Amino acid sequence: MAQHKVNYTQNAGLPVALTSIDKIVNWGRSNSLWALTYGLACCGIEMMASGASRYDFDRFGTIFRASPRQSDVMIVAGTLTKKHAEFIKRLYDQMTEPRWVISMGSCANTGGMFNTYATVQGVDRIIPVDLYLPGCAPRPETLQYGVMLLQKKIRANHASRAQKAKRLM
Amino acid sequence: MAQIKNRLTPFFENITFDREDNELILNFGPQHPSAHGQLRLMLHLQQEMITKAHPDIGYLHRGMEKMAENMIYNEFMPTTDRMDYIASSSNNYGFALTVEKLIGLEVPRRAKVIRMMLLEINRLMSHIFWLATTALDIGAMTVFLYAFREREYLMDIIEGYCGARLTHAAIRIGGVPLDIQDSFISQLKTFLDKLPENIKTYEDLLDTNRIWLMRMEEVGTISTEMALSWGCTGPMLRASGVAWDIRKEEPYELYDEVEFNVPYSDKGDNFARYRIFMEEMRESAKILYQTIDMYEKCVKDGQTELMAHAPKYVSAPKLDIMTQNYSLMQHFVLVTQGMRPPVGEVYVATESPKGELGFFINSQGGPYPYRLKVRAPSFWHAGILTDLLPGHYIPDVVSIIGTTNIVFGEVDR
Amino acid sequence: MRAYKPKDDVQAKPYYTDRFYKSPQVPKSSPESDELFSADLDAIKEKFEVLDAYIQVGQLVVYINPQDNFKVLEMLKNERAYSQLSEMSAIDWIADRGGFEVFYQMLSMAKRKRIRIKTFIKKGQAINSVEKLFRSADWSEREMFDMFGIEANGHPFMKRILMPYDWQGHPLLKTYPLQGDEFAAWYEVDKIYGKEARDIIGPEIRDTARVDRYDSERFTLLGHEVPKGTKITGDEPKHKESYQEEGGVFMVKKFDRKSSVVIDDPQR
Repeated sequence: MAQHKVNYTQNAGLPVALTSIDKIVNWGRSNSLWALTYGLACCGIEMMASGASRYDFDRFGTIFRASPRQSDVMIVAGTLTKKHAEFIKRLYDQMTEPRWVISMGSCANTGGMFNTYATVQGVDRIIPVDLYLPGCAPRPETLQYGVMLLQKKIRANHASRAQKAKRLM
Repeated sequence: MAQIKNRLTPFFENITFDREDNELILNFGPQHPSAHGQLRLMLHLQQEMITKAHPDIGYLHRGMEKMAENMIYNEFMPTTDRMDYIASSSNNYGFALTVEKLIGLEVPRRAKVIRMMLLEINRLMSHIFWLATTALDIGAMTVFLYAFREREYLMDIIEGYCGARLTHAAIRIGGVPLDIQDSFISQLKTFLDKLPENIKTYEDLLDTNRIWLMRMEEVGTISTEMALSWGCTGPMLRASGVAWDIRKEEPYELYDEVEFNVPYSDKGDNFARYRIFMEEMRESAKILYQTIDMYEKCVKDGQTELMAHAPKYVSAPKLDIMTQNYSLMQHFVLVTQGMRPPVGEVYVATESPKGELGFFINSQGGPYPYRLKVRAPSFWHAGILTDLLPGHYIPDVVSIIGTTNIVFGEVDR
Repeated sequence: MRAYKPKDDVQAKPYYTDRFYKSPQVPKSSPESDELFSADLDAIKEKFEVLDAYIQVGQLVVYINPQDNFKVLEMLKNERAYSQLSEMSAIDWIADRGGFEVFYQMLSMAKRKRIRIKTFIKKGQAINSVEKLFRSADWSEREMFDMFGIEANGHPFMKRILMPYDWQGHPLLKTYPLQGDEFAAWYEVDKIYGKEARDIIGPEIRDTARVDRYDSERFTLLGHEVPKGTKITGDEPKHKESYQEEGGVFMVKKFDRKSSVVIDDPQR
């Protein structure tokens, strides 16, 4: 006779996992973060490197998408210039809720070393940012850690309730 | 707070067109995954045929030339990293060489050998990256993964030398800051020994691939006249039948002491450029083997100097700064005020992985350059798309952009 | 009283220069010292007026009159084998001499020589476009127009190239500050949100060294982070940084350091 492995004192005695809607939705959201490839400058190369063979982003469920309508998180990797600023707003508006933004690298955070007439001094002047990654350029490890922190942030959300849309103003 | 809607009007709000009937205008970019950066193309189409192309650049213009006018010479060095960020050291080198020519410095031999090693590693990195992205754009994901694996090995070596993966700042005006680390040569040799095998892997995957050939052969043909007229340099020019390599024709550093060939082709199409990139990787490996020997000879001869001795322009070695009063004073002045090169003008061209990278400096004797102009090869390689794209079909656009090997940090500066 | 600062050149200035410092010159040599260069110079001198000529750092520099620029370049291209226009741009001398110096950097692949043609134009004066000779000048002249405001006569598409079409000012002029003017500071906000959003978004923070210790939106002590907008008191509790919650994560395995392998040689 095979022994029963079911512990009748836990999980209401059934061989299934019981969970809340919050947890299952957040699990789905946080582990399939599809990123919009927003490689603007040097950080974009490190973003590609983190998607490539050694750092392999697919392990985290992060797959780079080329369309804003398919993606959940926008990784702004590189210098945002004033000429480009309107396009980042337009692409951000095209992403569906819930959406997150990772600002990767010093240029995207604050303008960085390019304290000049042509550079937007931080993408948070244009779109709301969830996570700032320091570095010039940040290593792929930094981006991986950042995505894991973003997953943690997503898990803290109440997925069952309607989320307030993030607005810059 | 009341939400203010954005003021952006849809579509081509800031560009006016002369439209003819039956013509479709397709906007490509500025944020397009296979545009290698922030290239915006306005394509006028008749069915799928491009009749007129209007590249729009400047989406990564960060004002580097203006920054240079407001920075002392050494301060500008890290900024040059961000120009051609695939091969940072080649930019560092171009700038350092220009300033050295301006002040008439002679760099110690050991530093020259290290510089050459860095330059050729950067060339390999750049070409491997080119192969990876171009293959990815055309659909060969496998090549992308293989090529990035090899690129990471090179980045490990560079990281061991200067601490950075991408933005190296590994070259100083007057030499190099550090000797190469112990594992440099052994790691490099391991890499180089495997390289022919790896290149063969890429070629096996691509050379007979039908999709690759259809996107490459007889597509994007640049004639010699067109290449010369558009100021094409580097692999773009060599693919169009002009065997012009600055390393060979106007040798700088120790390139006149090493043996290498300059691959060139008279076809001028995408496939010719692809072949030239592959051959140049082999040639770079050849040069690297020779520089390893040169470095070992330098060690044997007891040449330990890494920075030129010029107290007016270059700081003394760290040991002297820490122990000798005069060196410390000199270092303090050079860091706070900056070096003051002589009055004059200089234009120096070097062969970067993309083509002729030139720096033009007008110095008025102050610590800031009066005018610095960067002759970035990619600027004209992006410009040639105006004349090159008409007559091609939409799917060819991506492969043509790919083989021009443009980097937008360099195009827009 | 505020110290007077000249407005015609707002670029960085050395804060100290020795009174008796005389800067050396990059040596110039006469064009006769090089055979090929002197032949080129003679060919130019035959047809055009040459204001000055010398060799500096291995390259011949020739000063010509601005109206001759097209013809000189045409002659160099067709008769003297200078097949490529590597670079052209301008230098702003408005503060000193009231104009610009335009230079053409040319390369002869047959002779392995580089020559620089220079010409001086007054402020507001246009030059002849050389786009018909060298297509590379198409974009260079647009860049020159964008950066300096120098127009090229006969250019097919004289518009800005690097800056947006609705930009004001020419950034590489010495009168233009590095960090931009009023228009540049609000450009993206005005364009995307409109002028009334200026108060909400606020001015650009250009001082990179500025840290407000009570600013909980941008800066908090590492390990003592608080939610956005919280008033900082200084005794926030320290919390451990982690990417996973204490009790583990639903359906996600926890990373186990002991069972992982560290690779020493990546190229194994």
